[in-house]
Amino acid sequence: MNATITRQHDASWRVRFQEWWFRHRSWIGFLFILPWFAGFIIFDLMPFVYNLYLSFTDYQIGTQGTPPWIGLENYLEIFNEDKLFSKSMYNTVYYLGFSVPLRLAFAFLIALLLNMRVRGMELYRTLFYVPSVVPLVAATLIFAGLLNTRYGLFNHVFVLVGIPPVRWLSSPDWIKPSLIILSLWGFGAQMIIFLAGLQGIPSDLYEAVAIDGGGGWRRLRHITLPLMTPTIFFNLLIGVIGGFQVFAQVFVMVGVDGGPLGAGLVYMIHVYNKAFRDFEFGYAAALSVILFSIIFVLTIALVYTSNRWVFYGDGAEDAT
Amino acid sequence: MIENPTSRRIRQIFVYSVLTLGAVVMMVPLLWTVSTSLKTRDKVSIRRLELIPDPIHWQNYIEIFEKQPVLQQTRNTMIIVAASFFGALVPCTLAGYAFARIPFPGRRLLFGILLATMMLPYVVRLIPLYLFFDEIGWTRTFGPLILPRLLGHNAFYIFLYRQFFRGIPNEIYDSARIDGCSELGVWWRIFMPMSIPVIAAVSIFAFEFAWNDFLHPLIYLGANRDLWTLALGLNALRGFEGADGSLNLVMTFSVLMIIPMLVVFYFGQKYLISGVTAQGSLKG
Repeated sequence: MNATITRQHDASWRVRFQEWWFRHRSWIGFLFILPWFAGFIIFDLMPFVYNLYLSFTDYQIGTQGTPPWIGLENYLEIFNEDKLFSKSMYNTVYYLGFSVPLRLAFAFLIALLLNMRVRGMELYRTLFYVPSVVPLVAATLIFAGLLNTRYGLFNHVFVLVGIPPVRWLSSPDWIKPSLIILSLWGFGAQMIIFLAGLQGIPSDLYEAVAIDGGGGWRRLRHITLPLMTPTIFFNLLIGVIGGFQVFAQVFVMVGVDGGPLGAGLVYMIHVYNKAFRDFEFGYAAALSVILFSIIFVLTIALVYTSNRWVFYGDGAEDAT
Repeated sequence: MIENPTSRRIRQIFVYSVLTLGAVVMMVPLLWTVSTSLKTRDKVSIRRLELIPDPIHWQNYIEIFEKQPVLQQTRNTMIIVAASFFGALVPCTLAGYAFARIPFPGRRLLFGILLATMMLPYVVRLIPLYLFFDEIGWTRTFGPLILPRLLGHNAFYIFLYRQFFRGIPNEIYDSARIDGCSELGVWWRIFMPMSIPVIAAVSIFAFEFAWNDFLHPLIYLGANRDLWTLALGLNALRGFEGADGSLNLVMTFSVLMIIPMLVVFYFGQKYLISGVTAQGSLKG
């Protein structure tokens, strides 16, 4: 009898304690994420919403109080009248259209070679990766020097092998290739990611192909590529998103005018000029919303279509 | 697999030649930078291949300090780096810990939001934040660069910590809690010491991002020379084609700015590589 009462008492005490404990824990948990959450509200959510709002207003320098609402006017002007919009968009797509696939190709090729049980692999890996840790402004100025028409190393080598020197940074045709060359110097980061992915592929899969009489090409085609598609896909996505937002290297290498004939004027430079040179904040906000929409649609499209061609390893048993 | 020794040999020669050639090409810009940083002013504008300059002009490394307040700019950069370190060490690990270990209502939703913000391009925040900081009179101060970092406003770091903390066995957590350790105690005394690799990786990222950041110092500090970071100082040295005779000094400054990154990279290489890899294993 006594024992039962004690147990009941015990149980209710424990339930009450557990309830209290769980409430307490949740409260603590929320407290732990509070700094991030405050940052999210102040630096993500509010700016995002306000940016959208700004894009429908005529907010310029000297605008006092509430900026005048002008509806879609900024967007109409961008699509109908802004020649620099289409130009900068073209330049940006040109840039990332070459730079992203080339970077991935180099990164993948070198990672494949490094994964062939190469002696001194770590030294090679370091040498390929080091350029990626060079600060961007420094890397840009280094290449501005290397690509200098009169005394740069590129033209020096060209002249030595009998190719006429190229006006890299002073000719509209060569500005974008110059920026692409600069971007290729930093493929090491992707290479490291690919290398880690390659090293994670179980060797028994390769042995299975070998037993079936498959050579190097079949190993690459049927094991390596399918297993690496998630990594390639992710890097492609990040590369394209980053490519659309390229700014510092262009700013430093060719300046805010985008060089001769504006051939290097990329989208973010246009946004920067509108916001921080012309102080047309509403207009610049509209430009940024367009860029965001492109990135957003692209992300969704890539993630959506990836189900068809990206192999995440869930069906590994079926595949073998 | 049995392989023909000759074809194996050919393959090996091919692999090593491509790798060596590639590595040399990757290193040439850096060698050229160091070499140019040691050249005299009239040497840089001559098209002549000269790896070891004659004479070696060490004076560039003194002259650069007269041309730009390098020490002041280093200090300014380090202030931003310090804020980054604090944010990466305290608020980010706390949030990562909560997302990994403490169940609370809305945790899944909030974590989803955290992942979504990783995909949010900076461009949609740039203008409103600038106007906001302008409104409260913080432009031309470190405020806009420091405050987000102090709050640990970086979803990627939190994500890395959360992944790592989830890998720590439940038994460790449970036994600490049974011994009467509070959540804060478990975080600081148990989880933090066990997470040195991931903390190191995140710290290297934090250093790298703060050291390299260009756009944000440009718009907030561009008008206040006394608060310029190294990236801004280096940018100010650039000349355009034809007009510059100080390429050697630009390269001297570049070398000064690259060395700390190389030191950090050297000591943190293995952590950095695991961190970069984690970045790659993250599937949008």
